[in-house]
Amino acid sequence: MTDRDLHQVIAELVPVGAHVLDLGCGNGALLAYLRDHRGCTGYGIEIDDAKVLTCVERGVNVIQRNLEEGLSIFDDNSFDVVLQLDTLQHLRNTEAMLRETARVGRMGIVSFPNFAHWPHRLSVLRGRMPVSKSLPYQWYDTPNIRVATFADFEVLARRNGLRILSSFGTRTGSVVRRWPNLLASTAVFQFDRS
Amino acid sequence: MSSLGVVTPASMHFGTPLSLQSGAVLRDYTLMYETYGRLNADRSNAVLVCHALNASHHAAGLHAGDDGQPLPRSQGWWDNMIGPGKPLDTDRFFVICINNPGSCFGSTGPMHTNPDTGRIYGADFPVATVEDWVHAQARVLDRLGIDTLAAVMGGSLGGMQAQAWALLYPQRVRHCLVIASAPNLSAQNIAFNEVARRAIVTDPDFHHGHFYEHGVVPRRGLRVARMIGHITYLSDDVMDEKFGRERVGREMGDTPAYSTQDIEFQVESYLRYQGDKFSDYFDANTYLLITRALDYFDPARSHGGDLTAAMAAAQARFLVVSFTTDWRFSPARSREIVKALLDNRRDVSYAEIDAPHGHDAFLLDDPRYHGVVRACFKRIAQEHQA
Repeated sequence: MTDRDLHQVIAELVPVGAHVLDLGCGNGALLAYLRDHRGCTGYGIEIDDAKVLTCVERGVNVIQRNLEEGLSIFDDNSFDVVLQLDTLQHLRNTEAMLRETARVGRMGIVSFPNFAHWPHRLSVLRGRMPVSKSLPYQWYDTPNIRVATFADFEVLARRNGLRILSSFGTRTGSVVRRWPNLLASTAVFQFDRS
Repeated sequence: MSSLGVVTPASMHFGTPLSLQSGAVLRDYTLMYETYGRLNADRSNAVLVCHALNASHHAAGLHAGDDGQPLPRSQGWWDNMIGPGKPLDTDRFFVICINNPGSCFGSTGPMHTNPDTGRIYGADFPVATVEDWVHAQARVLDRLGIDTLAAVMGGSLGGMQAQAWALLYPQRVRHCLVIASAPNLSAQNIAFNEVARRAIVTDPDFHHGHFYEHGVVPRRGLRVARMIGHITYLSDDVMDEKFGRERVGREMGDTPAYSTQDIEFQVESYLRYQGDKFSDYFDANTYLLITRALDYFDPARSHGGDLTAAMAAAQARFLVVSFTTDWRFSPARSREIVKALLDNRRDVSYAEIDAPHGHDAFLLDDPRYHGVVRACFKRIAQEHQA
């Protein structure tokens, strides 16, 4: 699944005209897509200098900030949607950030690599940590300090009083709705506060 | 070498009185300014650059001597930022920089004659605020036939003017670049200004601000004022790297002079040199006036201290930039501006540059800093071509 495909899938979950916060927005491609195709407004948060520069070049609003420092700069319910795509697995304070996501946004959408995807299970059965297209790192150099499965997130969400509105997986260009914990390389959850 | 080459300052005279926030009136005044690049046919590519405490309308390029040849070290104060192919590209934009009233670089100031009394203004030159300056600048743009600015940009006190532009003339500013600035001065910042002002005012040569008539300059006060300012523009690390405990004319292990008056350390020599240089060209009353303008700037004041309410007037798209080691205008202060804009759902981007140079970084050419300013202007250029 290319970034563009995933953008389209995620974008369809974002209401037209929504005010969006994108945590770890990277080069701002998704925000630009949401602006151009769905009339959305909003901001990205990004720590990397080069990516901040690309956002500015694209005319995407970006706030340079370390997500580990929290979202105190934003008031409660200040966004219709908060996106946390491919970001959660890099954060030390994953749970706090999930709560913050639910605090500042009326709806949250997260995506992360599903560690329980069957090739990863096979790899672990063979006695080695998985290295794949979706997890392309060795155990000793991975930036993914939080490794979770599709099923794990459901538990964390429930623990924090979040209601899952929809959830599915993705794998090489397609949406996976059947047995996503086994068959999806990426997990996607849409939730709000119950 | 500057790529703009030799530039020539211009002046504009105003016979229409300018009412100031204080209630005082500037009845008749002249402002110096410089422009670089060309105004396009639809007058949509103008960028106003606002200068800070020690600077003038000479933002870029070189000044020529009487023989028409460029003068050595006459480069404008933001020459690394403004010029052909530079982050603020004069091949695309028409750049204007105006010397504010009260300054000592040619615009009407305390060293000029007060038309009401026929006497040199001196201490009687009225206190002008950042907002007063912005209104004065707006009149210059009116005369130049510029209705809307593609952008207004400034660092430090210049960044305060950029903010004031976005609040006072929201319809005239499309983009606002606020660099190493703050929504107001902290108590510590006002304190530094006050020490500098006391140094000047208590100099026996100050003569209550009317030293011109006595043919003297309160040089000692100006020197100390500049030394204090200079310390606060640098970071601890940069000072340490530049001077450390290096001694003048002595090796590390040498015995000290055991003198309280002589220069012992390299940093003392540097500060005295900076102070001397400054006292040669800067006016004491101007220093008092401009530091006061800094102290008074506080757009939230008329909104009960609520910066978010104050920023509601702004319509421009903002780029706010701060530097991690700037303790005079710290990133936390820039984030206050950003938060007030976020609260109002205004378009804003914020870059926090990890540069070692303290407040001075805004005048230097850190590639990440210049990169993000360049990207912003590239975007602005694309927008008004579309």
